[in-house]
Amino acid sequence: MKLGLVIDLDTCVGCHACATACKEWNASGVTGPLSDYDPYGAEPSGVWFNRIRHFEVGEYPENKTVNFPMSCLHCENAECVTVCPTGASIKREEDGIVLVDQDKCMGCNLCSWACPYGARELDESSGTMKKCTLCVDRIYDEELEERERQPACVLACPAHARMFGDLEDAESAVGETVRARGGFSLMPELGYEPTNQYLPPRSSRPIPTDDLPKPSARDKVKEWTNKVVNR
Amino acid sequence: MKPAFSVILFTVASGAGFGLIMLAILFDLFGLGGGFSRETLLTAGAGAFILISVGLLSSTAHLANPKNAWRSFTRFKTSWLSKEGVFAVIFYPFFLLYLLGVYVGGGETPGWALFFGVVAFLLGLVTLFSTGMIYASLKTIRQWSNPLVPVNYLAMALLTGILLLYALGLDELGGTGGVLGLAAAVILLAAVVKATYYFWIARPSGPTINTATGFTRARVRILDPGHGHDTFLTHEFGYQPPAGLTPVLKAAVFVLAYGLPLVMLWPAAEAPGAGAMWVAAVSALAGAAAERWLFFAEARHVVNLYHGAQTT
Repeated sequence: MKLGLVIDLDTCVGCHACATACKEWNASGVTGPLSDYDPYGAEPSGVWFNRIRHFEVGEYPENKTVNFPMSCLHCENAECVTVCPTGASIKREEDGIVLVDQDKCMGCNLCSWACPYGARELDESSGTMKKCTLCVDRIYDEELEERERQPACVLACPAHARMFGDLEDAESAVGETVRARGGFSLMPELGYEPTNQYLPPRSSRPIPTDDLPKPSARDKVKEWTNKVVNR
Repeated sequence: MKPAFSVILFTVASGAGFGLIMLAILFDLFGLGGGFSRETLLTAGAGAFILISVGLLSSTAHLANPKNAWRSFTRFKTSWLSKEGVFAVIFYPFFLLYLLGVYVGGGETPGWALFFGVVAFLLGLVTLFSTGMIYASLKTIRQWSNPLVPVNYLAMALLTGILLLYALGLDELGGTGGVLGLAAAVILLAAVVKATYYFWIARPSGPTINTATGFTRARVRILDPGHGHDTFLTHEFGYQPPAGLTPVLKAAVFVLAYGLPLVMLWPAAEAPGAGAMWVAAVSALAGAAAERWLFFAEARHVVNLYHGAQTT
């Protein structure tokens, strides 16, 4: 089993709800708290497992804003685990989730150097490395209703731009979506084989406007009146 | 990458210490230049002990949670950081037993001590190689993921080591021409390694903002990195050296680490006991510190692509 996320860059609206839901759940989760430094001051900073960047792709007028959420991609070839000298970083055999054992980490930062995706952040308060757990403390919790057994970010997303599932199974919902939509990996040339996949924006057909009826004289008067009348 | 003082001190000091004792063992084993006196070998041993120990202790200063440092010996098979720690610790008993042999030998190091010395030499070699491989194994930083990185760590250690060793006892060696030729060869080799390295890292290569985002057929630029203030990522990976400092420091590396020590070999040949070799050794150590600072300051992690860098 290769549990991971599929992120739809077509529908993501860049609202950061996934990041806040993540912070809310994980602050009291297995690797919590997620310390904040100067949270209400002029220079707020702190530990986040999920960060959203915003890019512009293409040149005007053929350009588009792409909102880009990133958390741990739970790589198949997780170099962050390989370089860890203490054995604190692990990749679970049964579901492929990459975790940090907070009791073993010595805070040397080497795993964060080995990660190309910026998924790991040191918590200055505990002196240990923290990262996305794929809500391992939610997804197997049988006390929760079945539809609730998903990562907090997936449940929070108002645009349904995040999907959770087994990416090893090509017939799973996520497997099918990745196949149908042409999902891709980030920086495949580095060979980390990230589990999380990204779906490209759909290329939508332009809405035709030349066959629209010409405005009548009445419409023109109406439009003119609307412009002139100042409320 | 942010140049951390503790890591620069660690790698320069322990490198010089390993180089110093490794070359002392080599001179003792083969009797190069007639060999050093017992006092010089013991002084070199004490100096190496201090340099290596200070280096290793300062390396723990950059840990955020040092109480778990002992666990870093447990992943020897996979982690180069773990290998470095294990080799450095195993090195100590062989190193100290060699020095004991030099001490009790009274001018003639006994065979058993030379055996421990050879093992210490090899352990020093693999420790230095492991230090270089910690950086060279990171595919995320193209300036580090380079075969010349471990070679450079070894070359700088032997360079600073041989100059320190000569500073301690060049006047004891007979026929200084040959042994100074050896120092010149080490200096030139180290300079060639560094110059080749600077040539190879000069041009951007590897991942770009396009492969980082998957949009490989259009121009991509950042609109907003999504954070209002510094994060762990910008703090750890966002460091940029002040404009104009890099070329100046590179020139300083070539002058201090290689140029001046090489020139100093001539006055050293005239008067082996005078201070010329100390000037060379101190200059090389300063050059090595500048070299190590640049090694960090010039390294650009690929995560910067998600903060707006077009290439690394």
